[in-house]
Amino acid sequence: MTNQTQFSTLPNGLTIHLKEIHTAPIISTWIWYKVGSRNEIPGKTGISHWVEHMQFKGTERFPSGYLDREISRTGGIWNAMTYLDWTTYFTTLPAHAANISLEMEADRMINSRFDVDEVERERTVIISEREGNENQPHFLLGEAVQEAAFARHPYKYEVIGLKDDLREITAEDLKSHYQKYYQPANAVLAIAGDFDSEKMLGKIEEHFNQIPQDNIESPEIQQELPLRGEKHVHVTGPGETSYVQIAYRAPSASAKDFLTLTVLDSLLTGPSSLNMFGAGGTSNKTSRLYRALVESEISVSCHGALQATRDPYLYGINLTVHPEHAPEDVLTAVNAEIVRLLETPVTQVEIDRAIKQAKALFAYSSENITNQAFWLGYTEMFDHYDWFENYVDNLSRVSPKEVMETARTYLSPDNRVVGFYTPQES
Amino acid sequence: MDQRIYKEQRNALPGPDDIARVKLDNGIIVLSRSNFNSPSLSIKGYFSSGSIFDPDEKLGLGYLTAAALMTGTANHDFQSMYNQIESIGARLGFSPGTLKTSFSAHSLSEDLQLMLELISESLRSPSFPQKEFHRLKNQMLTGLAIRAQDTVEMASLLFDQIIYAAHPYQRPDEGYPETVQTIQRDDLVNFYQETYGPEAMVIAIVGAVEPAQAVDAVREVLGDWKNENLRPLPEIPGQQALQESAKKTLSIPGKFQADIVMGSLAPERLSPDYHALRIGNNILGEFGMMGRLGERVREKEGLAYYVYSSLSLGTGPGAWEMIAGINPENIDKTIALITDEVRRFVNEPVTEEELLDNKSYFLGRMPLLLESNSGVAISLLNLERFKLGLDYFLEYPKHVQAVTADQILEASRKYLNPDALAIAVAGP
Repeated sequence: MTNQTQFSTLPNGLTIHLKEIHTAPIISTWIWYKVGSRNEIPGKTGISHWVEHMQFKGTERFPSGYLDREISRTGGIWNAMTYLDWTTYFTTLPAHAANISLEMEADRMINSRFDVDEVERERTVIISEREGNENQPHFLLGEAVQEAAFARHPYKYEVIGLKDDLREITAEDLKSHYQKYYQPANAVLAIAGDFDSEKMLGKIEEHFNQIPQDNIESPEIQQELPLRGEKHVHVTGPGETSYVQIAYRAPSASAKDFLTLTVLDSLLTGPSSLNMFGAGGTSNKTSRLYRALVESEISVSCHGALQATRDPYLYGINLTVHPEHAPEDVLTAVNAEIVRLLETPVTQVEIDRAIKQAKALFAYSSENITNQAFWLGYTEMFDHYDWFENYVDNLSRVSPKEVMETARTYLSPDNRVVGFYTPQES
Repeated sequence: MDQRIYKEQRNALPGPDDIARVKLDNGIIVLSRSNFNSPSLSIKGYFSSGSIFDPDEKLGLGYLTAAALMTGTANHDFQSMYNQIESIGARLGFSPGTLKTSFSAHSLSEDLQLMLELISESLRSPSFPQKEFHRLKNQMLTGLAIRAQDTVEMASLLFDQIIYAAHPYQRPDEGYPETVQTIQRDDLVNFYQETYGPEAMVIAIVGAVEPAQAVDAVREVLGDWKNENLRPLPEIPGQQALQESAKKTLSIPGKFQADIVMGSLAPERLSPDYHALRIGNNILGEFGMMGRLGERVREKEGLAYYVYSSLSLGTGPGAWEMIAGINPENIDKTIALITDEVRRFVNEPVTEEELLDNKSYFLGRMPLLLESNSGVAISLLNLERFKLGLDYFLEYPKHVQAVTADQILEASRKYLNPDALAIAVAGP
């Protein structure tokens, strides 16, 4: 019932992935652009996310508000997300109404307006979005840790951007960022659901073939240098709770080490759902750090965060400090667990467990057409779709020896930033 | 994963033909519907326990009891319980509420039996180990310290204090630090013995399993559960609407953004105004980019990243909330704009265009809501909880189509009064 995925490319460079799924009368359409905070230059942080907001402001053909109404009245959903490596726009609509998605995405790939007044109104909306984040201690801490973890690479900054930059970016800046990256050859159109692939391809050609091919000139992204020693950052703020964040430099998703790091992540903090769109997942109460820290009441919670990225990013461990302990106690306990991990070989049983967990997570995400369409395009942002299809098989081939090597390579204090958030003294 | 082994099936709307509903001898109602499109399943359910039974001085007791169910049972300690679940990539959790406590699990369908056994064990033989209780209580106290710093949660808490003044619904399920402090392990044991039982319990199982098999599996593990000491749910009193606007503010120093929750009481789920209010609320603060409120406060004025309205209708008095996160400088301006939109909403009927768009929205979204196993399971529980009937989804379009602009106006006027709004603000 699930047909093979069909891959093609239009003459103008647009990559197309189609997957027929006839389980419900729904079609989920995603267009992914290879642009995110990774492509930003100093002084313009947050510009990719802001362009994403402007993509909802309308074009000459579809004025502001028109699409919102057209899509909402079908009962469907639409939204967008911007991240380190990518910006994506999706709709999930009743199948009979799905044509609008292609028309809209083709149109706003080239025809978006960057009206000065609209840009000004959106400036305050985005600053408001940032201030909502700033209310959260873990955002303030995460921002400081991320900044300390990179010296040259644009991953240094939060996707939402620095507030000073958000005050300065102009309509002209936004438009030129848009024109540079919103190109067919820089995009992947991924559609899953209740359609006939051949007919769908015909419709795609009808809407997208007319868009000319242009060259993408991206500034060269400087690869990061090794950390050369542990870094510490300390943030203070309101509240009575302390937090610890430990961020290890991690490999890119396409690197072989990434898969072994997912096994380590499962062992240490419980399996991260690599699906950023939230599907299923399990708890992490049997993970090593939960047992060592939460059960022994040094921290009250513990979560790992491993993300699939194009360039090497971070593996984060986030902990909320128990009120009767200090952040230093949390760090000491984490260190002891890492040492134990490095000294005691990981067993095949533990790897098998990580494989079963991964299989279950993938089964949950195939319950729902929106999720299947997500995977269809998402993997292209850091690797290729076969990354997803081969994931479980490749995981099965990971050996205990490789896991230990990866642990030694990445989980060294020299390869990490340690951040503390403590309450401001009143 | 090879899905070809699963038989082809296209999800039509659930109805009497494909929902199994069986009442077990001890009162448990089991609902099930199969979906063989993915080798997974969702188990959800609820029973009549909750913070409504908490004494004022031990508010948070029901919450803590539900949170402690899986910390130890007759057969498993904390680690072995979670080892079973996490080793198979499954999830199981209990969520305490005011009138009911819910549980939710997902797993591969091959693990149905195990998941039901663990649910049954947690419900029937929790041992509430002292050590785990102590840890959980500290975690909860930290959670409350974090809540005290959260502008969204604190504004919502203040809002409930205004509209539900002197009503049990003003009490937060998680309690307050001073009430949680007084709770002891024995309180949990007593609470459990008096409020946990099979009567009024409902379980929905949706996924790659035949409904008859799901029903049998539940009967096997829970069919002989009894509790003759169950306390009946207390009667939920009504609540008087405000006569004039009332405002509460809370200062949380050091924060960057303020949150506003304003609005009024709403009726219960079974009110004849239900469909008119749902459509009306959607027009006011949900449709598209957060309805009229989003258009005015975000699009035209650029004041907020989020501003929307939300209608909670259950048992007893419900709530109609308008919510916004804004820069502290714009608090008064935002309150005035929202009040202005409320005034317009109760002064003139929605346009014909708005009405048609929103009806179309409610009808069109059904396949999306009912796409995943968990979506169907939630819907089945709602059918049962409010006695809506197994043909509800088939009848639903008729109810939606019948709503008129005048009905929306009339229903909204009963509950929303721009001169008698509860207004809660938490921020720096």
